Amino acid sequence: MAKVSAVRPVKEKKHFVRYLPLYLMMVPGIAYIIINNYIPMTGIVVAFKQYNTRLGLYNSPNIGLKNFEFLFRTKDALLITRNTLLYNLAFIVIGTLFAIAVAVLLNEIKIKKAQQVYQTIVLVPFLISIVIVSYLVNAFLATDTGFVNNSILGAMGKEPVSWYASPQYWPFILILVQVWKVFGYNSIIYFSVLVGIDQGYYEAAVIDGANRWKQFLHVTLPGLKPTIITLTLMSIGRIFYSDFGLFYQVPMNSGALMDVTNTIDTFVYRSMMQLNNVGMASAAGVYQSLVGFVLVLTANFVVRKLDSENALF
Amino acid sequence: MVERNKTFQVVVHGIMVLLCLVCVLPFLLLIMSSFADENWLIMNGYSFFPAKLSADAYQYLLVDSSSIVRGYMISAFVTVAGTCISLVMTTLMAYPLSRKDLPGRYIFSFFIFFTMLFNGGLVPTYIMWTQTFHIKNTIFALLVPNLLMGAFYVIMMRTYFSSNIPDAVIEAARIDGAGEMRILLKIVLPMSLPIIATLALLTGLGYWNDWLNGLYYIQNDSLYSIQVLLNRMLMDVQFLMSSANTAAAGNQQMGPLPSTGIKMAVAVLGALPALIIYPFFQKYFVKGITIGAVKG
Repeated sequence: MAKVSAVRPVKEKKHFVRYLPLYLMMVPGIAYIIINNYIPMTGIVVAFKQYNTRLGLYNSPNIGLKNFEFLFRTKDALLITRNTLLYNLAFIVIGTLFAIAVAVLLNEIKIKKAQQVYQTIVLVPFLISIVIVSYLVNAFLATDTGFVNNSILGAMGKEPVSWYASPQYWPFILILVQVWKVFGYNSIIYFSVLVGIDQGYYEAAVIDGANRWKQFLHVTLPGLKPTIITLTLMSIGRIFYSDFGLFYQVPMNSGALMDVTNTIDTFVYRSMMQLNNVGMASAAGVYQSLVGFVLVLTANFVVRKLDSENALF
Repeated sequence: MVERNKTFQVVVHGIMVLLCLVCVLPFLLLIMSSFADENWLIMNGYSFFPAKLSADAYQYLLVDSSSIVRGYMISAFVTVAGTCISLVMTTLMAYPLSRKDLPGRYIFSFFIFFTMLFNGGLVPTYIMWTQTFHIKNTIFALLVPNLLMGAFYVIMMRTYFSSNIPDAVIEAARIDGAGEMRILLKIVLPMSLPIIATLALLTGLGYWNDWLNGLYYIQNDSLYSIQVLLNRMLMDVQFLMSSANTAAAGNQQMGPLPSTGIKMAVAVLGALPALIIYPFFQKYFVKGITIGAVKG
């Protein structure tokens, strides 16, 4: 007995020495994650305080849920929630369908070289920053010099439209821009899964007399299912978040479009940087973080119950 | 049947070509308009076929004004420095996590993964960086917040290491007396060039395209990266004129600023480097997307 207890500490010490270099390697990364991610997490207490620059984030006086009361009394709270959710829903549904369609088409192409060229080109919009995307959109939609007003509507003899002051068009424009920007990326993911599907299944389906549509339903779609679930799950986890650039920069921060372009992220930014309303901004930010967190856990929980293989964690 | 297959192939190619055009045409509009004569542009708007060409916009941006050239230099520096530091930190984090024998690896992995599920949001982040670290209007603002090491890339790299490098290889090196750092440098890294190239491209692109850090933390004209400059100019082209370091600010012979064309030219300049580098890295990029889709 005594012998065992005498040996163990030595062994443990050796163990630690052996792995020490590996732990040391992780020091810079862990330090960065603590600073960049975990300290700001503790900073969400600011939403329950009357923030005062002089006192600092942690020492400002507590005011309980006052900031949230103010936030949810504004009509903005409902608006930004609705916009964020509905746009994301549209992006998920339309984006997924479109990406799968492109992946299936890509997979049908027999000439390898052509396949590669198409693959390369559909990814181009993904490489460009959203700021440049807003220039592209502006080249089409600018009121006085835009391509649409001058070359399309002008040629048809129609009146020019002042796009940046007409909110009714923007839900379509924003969905179009988002799908344009990311469909290549997602279709490459789906395509890489399709390439991995055993050709034998298709051959068997053909022997059974399945046409293209039947093959798609019974071979392609089941093959894609795990990826569709994973990607959708990740999007649902982000459903309370929006691409700030898409909703702020692409509509050029136009006040007339606010009803259809204001999302939680743009609201937080405007409250914080332009109105200097830290209370409102932090309340909206915490609302986003918490609901987003609950949503990702719920979505994962549901998937795990239905089909545990495809859960994220 | 063969005839039907042929028609089907033609239709598929037709759709794909159309999609590719949709992806590329906006850029063509941008480029053609940037070479259009200013007066012609004002009369006819942005066009794929400008009747009168001119390079005035580029002359102004590249020769007469120093803002763009400086923006380029800042972006280039931030991209190169940021990507190098980021790759080192990501590798050093990912390698230990990929070692199945490391005690506590699940705790560390979760520590990283959790940052993808929950975050403090803009307000505490902004207050921390500006009040505690005072990075406002310093080059660190473009380098450090958010971009230096991403949880997603760490997990991507960890997954790559643990599925591509056999444990036996590492074990053999250890028995031969190699230290952990030596194993990483001499054995693991040479076997991992595809993932390194992929992450270099993704991180580099992230730095080159980033404009949010500039928007949040930089108010000083002389630190504007190309994307921040673009962002400012979208709202206000005259900004170029008023920015302090414009060589031609007092030069009356210049004539009016070709502001309509400049807008497009500056966007072309901002997009160009990524578009030029892309074909060379295309292979790794596609690969990276695919690796990223595999959950770790």
